[in-house]
Amino acid sequence: MSKMQEYWRKNLTYVGILLTIWFVVSYGFGILLVDQLDTIRFFGFKLGFWFAQQGSEITFVILIFVYVRLMNNLDREYDVHEE
Amino acid sequence: MSNIELWTWIIVGITFALYIGIAIWSRAKSTGDFYVAAKSVHPIANGMATGADWMSAASFISMAGIIAFMGRDGAMYLMGWTGGYVLLAMLLAPYLRKFGKFTVPDFVAERYYSKTARVVAVLCAIFVSFTYVAGQMRGVGIVFSRFLEVPINTGVIIGMAIVFMYAVLGGMKGITYTQVAQYCVLIFAYLIPAIFISIQMTGNPVPQLGFGSELSDGGGYLLDKLDGLSTELGFAAYTGRGSKSMIDVFMITVALMVGTAGLPHVIIRFYTVPRVRDARSSAGWALLFIALLYTTAPAVAAFARTNMLQTINDKPYTEAPSWFSNWEKTGLLGWEDKNDDGIIQYRADTAVNELSVDRDIMVLANPEIAQLPDWVVALVAAGGLAAALSTAAGLLLVISTSVAHDLIKNVIAPKTTEKRELLYARIGAGFAVVLAGILGIYPPGFVAQVVAFAFGLAAASFFPAIILGIFSRKINKEGALSGMIVGIIFTAAYIIYFKFISPESNNAENWLWGISPEGIGTIGMALNFIISIVVSRFTPAPPEEIQTLIQNIRIPRGAGESAGTH
Repeated sequence: MSKMQEYWRKNLTYVGILLTIWFVVSYGFGILLVDQLDTIRFFGFKLGFWFAQQGSEITFVILIFVYVRLMNNLDREYDVHEE
Repeated sequence: MSNIELWTWIIVGITFALYIGIAIWSRAKSTGDFYVAAKSVHPIANGMATGADWMSAASFISMAGIIAFMGRDGAMYLMGWTGGYVLLAMLLAPYLRKFGKFTVPDFVAERYYSKTARVVAVLCAIFVSFTYVAGQMRGVGIVFSRFLEVPINTGVIIGMAIVFMYAVLGGMKGITYTQVAQYCVLIFAYLIPAIFISIQMTGNPVPQLGFGSELSDGGGYLLDKLDGLSTELGFAAYTGRGSKSMIDVFMITVALMVGTAGLPHVIIRFYTVPRVRDARSSAGWALLFIALLYTTAPAVAAFARTNMLQTINDKPYTEAPSWFSNWEKTGLLGWEDKNDDGIIQYRADTAVNELSVDRDIMVLANPEIAQLPDWVVALVAAGGLAAALSTAAGLLLVISTSVAHDLIKNVIAPKTTEKRELLYARIGAGFAVVLAGILGIYPPGFVAQVVAFAFGLAAASFFPAIILGIFSRKINKEGALSGMIVGIIFTAAYIIYFKFISPESNNAENWLWGISPEGIGTIGMALNFIISIVVSRFTPAPPEEIQTLIQNIRIPRGAGESAGTH
């Protein structure tokens, strides 16, 4: 496997993992499992409700910045980064 | 003139002067300036500009109200209109930035080596943008009429004049820096009343936390209290299941997220940063700035709803707070004493309910409900205008670029010089402003409904073509074209059938798998993906130079070189 293929494969792995979290937190916790999670209290919130109206949005922001970091390192490791 | 009106004229005047000043300072000198701000925007500034570009009059004025009446289901808008940025950051923005050039149709045309693909993409972009922009100009007019008591149409014309100044003069460069200023105005205007109300109700200055805190009057947790009040009056519990089915909430959320990632005026913002890594981080900053408002909105919704149930319901009309009669005058609040007892009864049962509430009041009346000073009320007006103007400008730029660059320069008259093209772009922007203004003054009845569907259409057309173009080497011209056409026709036909041809059958029983027209774009997108992949299998593979192009956009280095003018 060439170096560039390896770089691309690692990028896809990062994206795959991060988008799985993206899906589980929003669609999983906020929509599909919301009723089950709502039986759990989280401060003054029901947990499912909190994920739907606050937690997902906060997680999204964190996911992007994690991706930025991972990719900046990967770009450097494979010497494809920009000046 | 009242005190509030005076303050509003002063604050709106200052912000408008600021926008015009920025427009003059950042005049566009080349097509590169005009289309993509010379690709020189700092990622944080671009994040702010994207935030303002993205958050429209509807986000600013209506969203908290929509959530206040939908309860937990309102989350589909919160997640749907933020989650798309994750897709943008990881699947689109960095690669499109590496590709360079100026527009989404540029990418579609080159990756699928086809002028037809460009024309299809341009028509989709213009259609999506026009449906969206008409609503914005109307929003400008409405804000003017509510806060300054000028006729709606005068408001639209003032708004047109301002947008005309900086969109025609400055193009993307002017728009970007005014959007940065507009983001600052709108976020202050949104947060200040929210913070004060949070302190008043819960003692916590952070609305996102106050929302989950105990009430300062000792009534227990705010959301528990709200659930109790709601069920007492016959409404569904605020934090409980709403009226939509789970599959419909799911599909609408997908359509909104993917649609966000496919909207041309959002994508184009990521062409304006210097490097690929800036495109990635810029998406993060954009979402951070957007999430600031989008996590505050549900808190505002819960505060406003609780306030309304507590302070108005079952109170004698004569003892209602002064803001009640102020907003009654605007027609946003209405009270009809059905049982002649002089007491305001708010109930779920329409036979006995006496109160009618427009959802927009949840944001517009907030400062008065919280008894904040007059200048805060004025700030909310300036914020609403900033939100509407910034979104309108971003959309107008897409329209003018589509006409000047994609249609004239690349299809009709390829020999056009750059100077000429810049002139066409300015004329295009001018025409688009005037046309949008006319749509704002004479809104066709269907505009408001169509805006919500722009997302579904973007999801079903652009998104799969771009994603497959980057992540698959095998998708060819035939595949992408048939996918886009089937996706958009299927989605548009479903929407048109249920909304315009047979609106009486628009209910869950007749919908395909229980999916409403708002969520059908998700199915259209899936169809687009499947058809693109299947058709590409049975038609010739893309030529060699396309393989090189794909290889090239997957690697960040060298984005600077591909950024040159043409």
